[in-house]
Amino acid sequence: MEVTSLRFRENARRALRDPQLARALRMVREGFQQRRAQAVANLPEFEELRRIGAGIRDHVLERLDLYLEAFERRAREAGAQIHYALDGAEARRIVLDLLRSRGVSLVTKSKSMVAEEIELAEAIEAEGIRRVETDLGEYIIQLAHEPPSHLIGPAVHMTVERIARLFAEAHGTEPTTDAQELVAQARRVLRQKYLDAEAGITGANFLVAETGSVITVTNEGNAELTQGLPPLHIVVTSIEKLVPTMEDAFTLLRLLARSGTGQEFATYTTVLTGPRREGDLDGPEEMHIVLVDNGRSRMLGSPVRPMLRCIRCSACMNHCPVYLAVGGHAYGWTYVGPMGSVLTPALAGIEQTWPLPEASTFCGRCEEVCPVRIPLPGLMRVWREEAFRRGLPPATQRAGIRLWAFLAKRPRLYRLAFGLAVRTLGLLGRRRGRFSRLPLASGWTSVRDLPAPQGRTFLEQLGRGR
Amino acid sequence: MSARERLFERLWRALGRGGSGGPEELRREVEQRIADPRPHLVPARAKVAGEERIALFVRMAKAVGTEIERVGHIGEVGEAVMRFLRFHNLPRQVRLAPDPLLDLAGFEGHALLEVRRGTASADDPTGVTVAEAGVAETGTLVLASSPERPTMLAYLPENCVVVLPIARLDGSYEESWQRIRERFGRPPRSVNLVTGPSRTADIGLQLTMGAHGPRRLLVVLVDRTDSA
Repeated sequence: MEVTSLRFRENARRALRDPQLARALRMVREGFQQRRAQAVANLPEFEELRRIGAGIRDHVLERLDLYLEAFERRAREAGAQIHYALDGAEARRIVLDLLRSRGVSLVTKSKSMVAEEIELAEAIEAEGIRRVETDLGEYIIQLAHEPPSHLIGPAVHMTVERIARLFAEAHGTEPTTDAQELVAQARRVLRQKYLDAEAGITGANFLVAETGSVITVTNEGNAELTQGLPPLHIVVTSIEKLVPTMEDAFTLLRLLARSGTGQEFATYTTVLTGPRREGDLDGPEEMHIVLVDNGRSRMLGSPVRPMLRCIRCSACMNHCPVYLAVGGHAYGWTYVGPMGSVLTPALAGIEQTWPLPEASTFCGRCEEVCPVRIPLPGLMRVWREEAFRRGLPPATQRAGIRLWAFLAKRPRLYRLAFGLAVRTLGLLGRRRGRFSRLPLASGWTSVRDLPAPQGRTFLEQLGRGR
Repeated sequence: MSARERLFERLWRALGRGGSGGPEELRREVEQRIADPRPHLVPARAKVAGEERIALFVRMAKAVGTEIERVGHIGEVGEAVMRFLRFHNLPRQVRLAPDPLLDLAGFEGHALLEVRRGTASADDPTGVTVAEAGVAETGTLVLASSPERPTMLAYLPENCVVVLPIARLDGSYEESWQRIRERFGRPPRSVNLVTGPSRTADIGLQLTMGAHGPRRLLVVLVDRTDSA
């Protein structure tokens, strides 16, 4: 997927004019926020679990090399084959080699954000291999040829009417807006694909060092049908997903669904350890695990390391005023919302993505709801500083910040300048009480009036009160 | 140099390890943590026993759309399944896991019931299998694959029945996993934690059941499993 994050402003402006998107995002806000709050209220230990969860993730990241070795050894002992890929190109080559050498012509795929990140779907199709997405949301956006707009609800931006039209066209049926009927249609179509596929590709939510296991989490059951029926199962995932033991996994699983959908537990949590065993009546003959770096080892040695704690729950975007206004596509790459604003610059480069960490009010809701307490606003600030250092924002913006910094570091001058400005604006705006246009402030005044300052600055009033 | 070697070099550099691997002390700490897994915080809710535990399981399972039947003896499972099939007007046709416990489950002698054993095929309307454990905390079933318990019975058919002997009902996930650890050592190929029937909210954020896995899930709780 081409990175279009540099066009964030333009993307966002277009998104804000889309009434259907606004309707869809209002449902995200109303649905996810309330359900998470209820789930958290139902578990008194939630805050303590967040603290422990963050600790588990930090513990692993500090010892990632050792846990990777431990995982690798046990996964191999269980019969899985391990592949390492330093970047997307290597990962794509590994997967394509596997598919080619086994003569695969149809592959089913459940949701994997890493696969999205490395553009695996496009590579598979370029090879002439048919690919069917089995997560219902992913299936919908595959029909629409669109990227996902949300971590766990890839098609949340789409209205039922739009999905109805897509399905009618793809399935040759009468358009219907009945969700139950639409789900039944997809079920019928995908059922045959599961049975026909010669390979299934899934992601992983966690990798367990203790047992060499891969954990997948879904509500639909599509991951199990994807990996359980074809003879070849390929897991495409990234190196930071490790946890030491199943006990660690359970602590994080208690946080995951509650933070995302607001469920007590996801419908299907599956722990896979190697391929089919002797005497088993189902399961794949081969299990391959592709461990992708693609920038994570660099993050590990950088100030944005805490971002690697992320367990991909989607709470941050569900509570973000910016995401809830502009939707996922405005972010211009695979990962969206606050976690995307930190992760995307790390993986795709700050040159290509510097507007993302700027797109935040720093309200701090994302950090408050993050199940592993990632300091998201703080990490966005790291990227803002880096972007400034590299001279990426426009010259006027940088000059403005430089001027402000100059004043802010000289309190006397700062007070003088702002006292003067406040009085001048107060005088100028005294008649109407507000400004509908003001030089250098068009970003504000083009959409709303700026109230004229009244009286004196806060510090002046504070000084007088003493 | 292989991708693996290059990756580990990158990790060592990022973690300030110097040339190779971690210090022996750190390595021992990691092996120790893996060898001796300890539960972290287990919610107080999960720390119940006896009838209270059963009641919690039933309440949590029903809250996510699981249907529950409780029978006194394993021999009554067949009749409970017949009630389920009649209630939902489903075909009188079941595919049973080859688990020996189901030999005692009273599926024979129902005139109109067609019983097959083995793993699920695409046209089986109802699959019946046996749980390794159950977790009261969230009304979760723990299924473990084996030649006697093929995984697909719980995913491919539109209706799924899981037999859960009450003696295998635990409070928390950790207790159930300890059960698996003690019984198998290395976990079975596929351990499935199932909490309710399949669902999706991918169409207009409306909760819709039966996305890919079963539309209906029945748990039959069994008090006694002795063959007497």
